[in-house]
Order: sequence, then C-alpha cells, then structure tokens
Amino acid sequence: MDTNIANSNLKSEDYFINMGPQHPATHGVLRLLLTIDGEIIKKVEPDLGYIHRSIEKMCERDSYQQIVHLTDRMDYLSSHINNEAVCLTVENALEIEVPERVKVIRTIIGELTRLASHQLWWGVMGMDVGALTTYFYGFRDRELINDIFEETCGARLTMNYNIPGGLMFDIHPNFVKRTKDFIAHFKTKLPEYDRLLTGNVIFQKRMKGVGILTKEDAISFGATGPVGRGSGFSCDVRKHHPYSALDKVTFKETLRTEGDSLARYEVRIQEMWESMSIIEQLIDNIPEGDFKVATNAVIKLPKGEFYQKVETARGELGVYVVSTGTKNPYRLKFRSPGFSNLSLLNHIAVGGKIGDLVASMATLDIVVPDIDR
Amino acid sequence: MSYFGNIYRGIKTLLTGMSVTGKYFLTSRKGAITQQYPDNRDTLKMFDRFRGEVVMPHDEVNEHRCTGCQKCEIACPNGSIEIIWDRQVDPETGKKKKMIDQHIYHLGMCTMCGLCIEACPTDAIKWAQNFENSVYDRSYLTKVLNKPGSKVKAGIED
Repeated sequence: MDTNIANSNLKSEDYFINMGPQHPATHGVLRLLLTIDGEIIKKVEPDLGYIHRSIEKMCERDSYQQIVHLTDRMDYLSSHINNEAVCLTVENALEIEVPERVKVIRTIIGELTRLASHQLWWGVMGMDVGALTTYFYGFRDRELINDIFEETCGARLTMNYNIPGGLMFDIHPNFVKRTKDFIAHFKTKLPEYDRLLTGNVIFQKRMKGVGILTKEDAISFGATGPVGRGSGFSCDVRKHHPYSALDKVTFKETLRTEGDSLARYEVRIQEMWESMSIIEQLIDNIPEGDFKVATNAVIKLPKGEFYQKVETARGELGVYVVSTGTKNPYRLKFRSPGFSNLSLLNHIAVGGKIGDLVASMATLDIVVPDIDR
Repeated sequence: MSYFGNIYRGIKTLLTGMSVTGKYFLTSRKGAITQQYPDNRDTLKMFDRFRGEVVMPHDEVNEHRCTGCQKCEIACPNGSIEIIWDRQVDPETGKKKKMIDQHIYHLGMCTMCGLCIEACPTDAIKWAQNFENSVYDRSYLTKVLNKPGSKVKAGIED
C-alpha cells in the first residue's frame, strides 16, 4: 500500500464519549456528550430530559395551594425556599401581608435549608475530587438540620411547610433550642472543614485555576448564586431585593474575583458563616403572633402577570405566573438557577482535562431535577 | 519557593487534615449520629409531626369523625384520596344525611404533602408515624381508612 494513502487513513476523527446518565459525578441523571482529543475536552454537550416531569404543565392543572408541594420536587435541596417563592408570588398578587412571625420563621428555615444544601454540596464535592471523608462529615452535620426539619415540618427533605398566607402549622416548641444547639455545634465543625479540605495541597492543585469564568461571561450566561459571586458578579437576591425578614438582618454578600473553582468553593464556605449569622440574629426574637392569615379555600389570583424571585442555595429562582383570574394559573414558568449555571459548563470545561470537568461541575453544584423540572 | 519548601508545606497540609480524621478515628462512637436501624426498632421513636401515612382514628365504640364532606379529596393534588359516599337516614333526626361508605387512601400515590389534613374541618384524619410500608404487591397500599361497621360520631358537622 502506498504510504500516502496509509497516512490519510490515519487522519484522526473526533472521539465521542458518554458521561452519564448514571455517572456518580453528574449528580443525578444528566448525560454529558464529551468530544475529546486524548484527554483534552473539545466540547461538552449536556443532554437533558431524563427526569422531566412537566412540573410547569402540572401547575396549570393544580390550585395555588397544590402548586407549592410540586416545587419541593424541583430543587429538592432547597425545597423550603422554592415553596417560599410560590407563596410570596401568590401573597403579592393577592396583596396579603403575612405576620412578622411568619416572615422570621420562613427566613430562619430558609437559611437552615441553605446550610443543609451547602453541607451536602461540600460532602459530594470532596468526593468528586477524591476525598471520601468529606462525604461522611458533610452528611453527619446535615443530619442535625434534617432532625430540626422533621420535628417542625414533618419531613426531612420535601417539607411543604409553607402555604399561601403563612405556614402550615406553628413551629415546634423544641425548634429554637435545637437550632441554637446546631449553630453552636456547627461553629466548631466548620473550621474542621477548612482544615480537612480547603488547605489540602492536592485539593488546592485540583481547584486553583480550573474552570475559570470571567465576570462578563457570568453575566452573559445568566449565572447566579455562588457561581456568579465567585466571578465577582454581585447577584445576591437577598441583598438586592430582600424578601421575608431579610431586610432586618445584616450580612455580607460574599464576592470573589478569581472566578475559578476554588473561588466558588470559598464563596459557599463563607456563605455558611453568613447563614449562621443570619439565623443567630433572628432566632432569639421570633415575634409572637399568628402563624398564618386566613385565605379563601379557593384562591383566585387577579388577572395579570406576577413575578417573584428568591435566592435558593444555587442561585436565583424566579416564579412567573400569568393569571386569567381563575383558580389555576394560565401559565407558570420557573426560572431555575441550575439550568443557567449548567449552560456555562461547555464554556469553562473546554481545553481542560476530564478530571477538571468533574471538579468544575462539582463547584457548579447542579441539581438535575431543578434543570429538567 | 524552594523545592523542599514545597514538599514540606505539602506534607504539613496533609498532616493537618489527618489530625482531623485521626481525632474522629480515636473517638469514633462519641457523637455518632448513625442509627442502627433494624436493631433499634424497640427504642426508635419518630417525631410527632412525622408524615408516615394518613390514618383515620376511631374511638372505642368504633366511631370516627368523618362526615364525608370530600374536602380532603378536593385538596389532594394527585387523587390519592377517593371517598365513596351515599345518603342514609339519620336515626336521630329522621332526615337523609351524607355519610361515607368507604374512605379510600392510595398510600402508593401519596406525596405526603399534608394538604388533606390541613383541609379537614373535623380533624377526622391525621398523620401516623409508621414508615415501614414495603409490601409485595402495590394493591396492598390501597387502604380503606374507615373500619368496617364504623359510623360517624354524633354531633359532628362540617
């Protein structure tokens, strides 16, 4: 055979590989189509829809009270905050003013949810980069928060504690004590997180300079939450558009300018301190009063369009309701943080190794049911 | 930064992390939150508000509080509750009154949202803390909540 022909036959083609849908590092059923050259990533294409449950369409069928429990199943790690988003939308549309007690309790449980979510993220993120110990430590501390939820709300994950007009029932008598105990406990554990993982030389090498996202790209991709703040994009809804009792507390919005995986990691660790500080400011003076205001059994929103955004553990969740004045929404759209944050995965992973893709995907902290809905 | 300085710093960070894990290795059972689940069944007590399954409490003379108003059925987001009712003559007043024949609860479909219990005007249904619901066939998860021969307690109106 002529050598020239042999050489032309050796022309390399793109090599495709599937990552997922059942890969542990994809955090659920997410399929990534990788185009690779050796171990260098040329393209990442997320393939969505494996757990699409058409929650938005189901919302058009359900009454406003019933919609709340569906949002538990979107971003299940910040279910309370999702519930709050729907309830705030309905309350704003009906122009209901909920009691101060409700606002404070919602904020406390919301921040506890954020803590629990970040603890779980810290655990699985360590595991993604090869540190199995973090998984157990993260879950150990999260268990205490889940106990608080179980005692007060009745469930550990899908709580459905909010209803339009307030809360389903009052807090449990043990709630304040348990929360204080947890904060005291976790203040001794969080420095251990730093000693175990943050300073670790292997971890630093895996994280520093990996998956860099500039501020301009963060804004144009719609990145929110710790992903946006790790790139210096000030996007904390709690700071810019405070809801519930967040206007009564003082806290710092954590910003990093590096934009790499380590910056996103540090933002979340710092957010845990801020969340604990918010809870401490509120837990001692929960105002007395009712835990809900009476609403009609059949809630009918006035005709029009309503939007409310909240800050979940992953970023900005928006609820957009179009109402025609009936007991069901005409259209309900969720702007979920996970979807926008996933969209920049291709941007930050191209040119890196497969191992870097796992590390930067872990710091995006995606929850697939939130993306697919 | 020198070559050996790098090595020294690297080893130091590893030892710092190992001091954390070593502490827990030596005091492993202290403060452990793992529950020895099937072995601790006798002492395991769930929280009062824990949502295990919906039950309808009956008193000692086999009377419940359900009037058959169907508010729970309407509140349920996915049709886990079906109420079969008819009108029967009330022996005290002699008038026809709505009464439940069967209060059917599909535990296999229930999402534990709690809206039915919230909606009940007479507190006829409540949460039970039982969570061991695994059965061999799905049909066992469909339950009739009112006991056979039971009737509504006198004086309960919605």
